Amino acid sequence: MSIFECKALTKNYGAKTVLDSVDLAIEPGRIVGLLGPNGSGKTTLIKLANGLLTPTSGEILIAGKAPCRATKAIVSYLPDRNTLPGWMTIAQALDYYGDFYSDFRRGVAEAMLMNLGLDRTQKIKTLSKGMREKTQLILTMSRDARLYLLDEPIGGVDPATRDYILRTIIGNYSEDATVIISTHLIADVEQILDEVVFLREGQVMLHESVETIRDEKGKSVDELFREVFRC
Amino acid sequence: MDWNFRNDQPIYSQLTQRLTEAIVSGIYAPGEKLPSVRELAVEAGVNPNTVQRALSELERDGLVFSQRTAGRFVTENENMITNAKLRIADERVEEFLHSMKTLGCTRDEVISLIQGAKEEEEET
Repeated sequence: MSIFECKALTKNYGAKTVLDSVDLAIEPGRIVGLLGPNGSGKTTLIKLANGLLTPTSGEILIAGKAPCRATKAIVSYLPDRNTLPGWMTIAQALDYYGDFYSDFRRGVAEAMLMNLGLDRTQKIKTLSKGMREKTQLILTMSRDARLYLLDEPIGGVDPATRDYILRTIIGNYSEDATVIISTHLIADVEQILDEVVFLREGQVMLHESVETIRDEKGKSVDELFREVFRC
Repeated sequence: MDWNFRNDQPIYSQLTQRLTEAIVSGIYAPGEKLPSVRELAVEAGVNPNTVQRALSELERDGLVFSQRTAGRFVTENENMITNAKLRIADERVEEFLHSMKTLGCTRDEVISLIQGAKEEEEET
């Protein structure tokens, strides 16, 4: 059974169609890049998967179920903005995750925080943007989830931190879990991806394995993207 | 090790080549245990399934063998490693000759250039 499936999924905001009859199935054990220009529907799709939005028509299924409490227990979500309360210390954020999610591996999170030299008594609001993003990613990846939905995990950080974040992702998902990463920084992520989904104006225009693209077209996903979405 | 990958080829084939070179040059010695798939994936910053595929290629080439629970090891068969070395050297020579041809160098010119480089190396 697919871990993530869309059937004729459509989402309108008023008169504007943001997702247009999307059909998509993603299998367990894959790292998938959700790629598309700004406004192509990436964040909307991820929010639908988390039950933060509801479809206008069609279906979105997580392990065969529409988003609900049961699916939230197996989905670890990294939103595209900071959602941790600023007054919390890092240690309190760990408690918070531990309280909410039974699959939270506190030891894993603590080890990663220590590697980064993050001080657990520091408050979220005093962290730099990069440090906050790292903290949030560590919390997200420290859950033993079946599906990770990462919305722009490397958006605002320097190349060295990007490297660290990507290695954190590779090192911390279990073999049968799926990771979906939305981003437009394709060159940075393409090495860690199994497959890519290109979204264009709310439609899936390509769903293919990275190695097949490189093999058949003799070019990287980044190059293909620039060609397909040339302005 | 250098983990930069070219854009115009699959990553697994480049990874296979990089690991073959590491075995030939002794970075991984005969009989030595290789890092796990996950460790290699994190080190090279690539997808674990890609690493898996590259390691399968090395197994097919006879450079690596796996033991059910213990992991993957470099072959102890030195002939296999020598063969891999010659195969890579052959490819490099071919590339070299091709680029010399593109420059318009004749066979004799190439040979005397190599001879000259060899003498220089011996003097220093």
